[in-house]
Amino acid sequence: MSAAVPAPAGVPRAAPSGQVILEVRNLVKHFPVRGDGFLSRSAGVIRAVDGVSFSILEGETLGLVGESGCGKTTTGRCILQLEHPTAGEVIFEGEELTRLAPAELRRVRRKIQVIFQDPYSSLNPRMTVGQIIAEPLAVHGIVADRGARQARVHDLLSRVGLLPSLADRYPHEMSGGQRQRIGIARAVALEPSLIICDEPVSALDVSIQAQIINLLEELQAEFHLTYLFVAHDLSVVRHISDRVAVMYLGKIVEIADRQTLYEDPLHPYTKALLAAVPIPDPAVEASRERVVLKGEVPSALNPPSGCVFHPRCPIAIEECKGVVPDLREVRPGHRAACIRV
Amino acid sequence: MGTLLEVRGLRTCFFTGDGVVRAVDDVSYDVGVGETVALVGESGCGKTVSALSVMRLVAAPAGRIVGGEILFKGQDLLALDEEGMRRIRGREIAMVFQEPMTSLNPVLSIGRQLTEPLEIHLGLPPAEALVRATELLALVGIPDPARRLAQYPHQFSGGMRQRIMIAMALSCNPSLILADEPTTALDVTIQAQILELMKDLSRRLRVAMLIITHNLGVVARYADRVNVMYAGKIIERGTAREIYATPRHPYTLGLLRSVPRLDEPRKSKLSPIDGQPPDLVRLPPGCAFAPRCRYAVPRCAEEVPPLRPVSHGHESACWVAEDVGTEVRV
Repeated sequence: MSAAVPAPAGVPRAAPSGQVILEVRNLVKHFPVRGDGFLSRSAGVIRAVDGVSFSILEGETLGLVGESGCGKTTTGRCILQLEHPTAGEVIFEGEELTRLAPAELRRVRRKIQVIFQDPYSSLNPRMTVGQIIAEPLAVHGIVADRGARQARVHDLLSRVGLLPSLADRYPHEMSGGQRQRIGIARAVALEPSLIICDEPVSALDVSIQAQIINLLEELQAEFHLTYLFVAHDLSVVRHISDRVAVMYLGKIVEIADRQTLYEDPLHPYTKALLAAVPIPDPAVEASRERVVLKGEVPSALNPPSGCVFHPRCPIAIEECKGVVPDLREVRPGHRAACIRV
Repeated sequence: MGTLLEVRGLRTCFFTGDGVVRAVDDVSYDVGVGETVALVGESGCGKTVSALSVMRLVAAPAGRIVGGEILFKGQDLLALDEEGMRRIRGREIAMVFQEPMTSLNPVLSIGRQLTEPLEIHLGLPPAEALVRATELLALVGIPDPARRLAQYPHQFSGGMRQRIMIAMALSCNPSLILADEPTTALDVTIQAQILELMKDLSRRLRVAMLIITHNLGVVARYADRVNVMYAGKIIERGTAREIYATPRHPYTLGLLRSVPRLDEPRKSKLSPIDGQPPDLVRLPPGCAFAPRCRYAVPRCAEEVPPLRPVSHGHESACWVAEDVGTEVRV
């Protein structure tokens, strides 16, 4: 650790180029739910994602935060076309993905990779680490020659901070942090332009989380990667993101650049979320105001009328029960879905 | 403040095909009447096993308490027979687990699960037990308690289930609650609700709490005193304020520095702890943290540092504790 004060720019970030790499327009994903009786038809739909729009610039990291069930993971899966959206468009590098034929989709998939939360269940236990990383290289015909593939695997392993000799080992022989490094090596193997990181550090111990976050930032600078960083940990999201979107019950309630969102949040849900994060310092905690949100997240099967947050909202008025608030631009680059701000 | 629980030189081992795992290796700590004490550490550090040892719930035959004393109100729990231990569990010392769904019985109504300990431990007649169960649900903030008693665990959300677990833990007026990662499975806004509830109840009912967690933020907000564990040992302890303001063990310092904090300016780069936690079957001969430690000196690889006082009420198990954290903070 260097003793430089104040901290220097540190990791050279891949400066966002201003080009939109991914645009999501009015994305909707509803899951039908069967009724109780076995002959009964659909009893309703879970509105997992309910009209979500955002874009990501090349080289930037967009953080997508929210609590469980808010639709952040489903949004990521719809972008990857692992779920077919009920409605809406996913435009990646100018191509609308939801209408692509399977063969064309496969070509695009090379460019969009994913890193999952649980590095254990996302690695095939019967394949060696080397085979896991080499597989996408073979499938996509990137490196056809076996020998060259092996060299590439060794390269990638050392790039993510693992010994090349680990190529012959199996995932169960690795620790959680090592497994996540393997997941990362597999994702960057194809030299993608966009990586969806779905809770990539939440299953890891605190001392290992920071290692993985630093690695993700180094790789971003080196390979000019764009990240959609899906997570529930607001401190981690602030650290890694350029811009942040907050989701609640299938909708984006606020989106802004990192600094604005954390220092000057507008939406009452964002404020409550930030207040709920415990800070590892008793002196700070003692002086903090407790804002404990009442109630729980309602069911996405039967979301509240009007603004979906109104039953828990500390500033809700009668009108909030009837009006669905638009995600409107309150200030340049800062959007919030609340009629009270 | 009188001492309620005193753990002295506890050793709990797991005898596996791979070798002996010394999950808890000569651990001592105490909890005062009505006090909130934390055991903090990462997975595999022995924090859960040291709490389960207090309840004598370590999974046999692989796991065994091989040494030490566990004095609860002056009585050694390790010397009790199974019958005597049953009178302590649930009645004197209660537990709240991480996963409320797997610790509630899915085929019994909430009412049945709440009245059972009241009837067995306190000998209440069923009608009285039901009244008390209703009061308990109201106490932990479950609306419409009388109606909800007839419902089953799957009809409650995760946060509500954890409230039920807390109600069950409180049912026999215990003097100590062991809470093992009580909010880890919950969302942040619900986490805040549950922690506020536990703290409030512990204050009002004068119940002591031993919170076991990996979350440094949770500890900072709710614990009076903190024990930091690493590889089966307590490596630092003191008041929460001392530990956070002037950590005197390189591991604690490393943990605190590796987490991004919302109340501080964003750093361009995080400062992780290098390497990985050790394999408990093959621990290095000296300090278990030495291979990852920036402060390590030759002595650290040879001799295990004992927990020793570094200031009033603050102890550290480090040969160079006085040097830790004294350099310019990056």
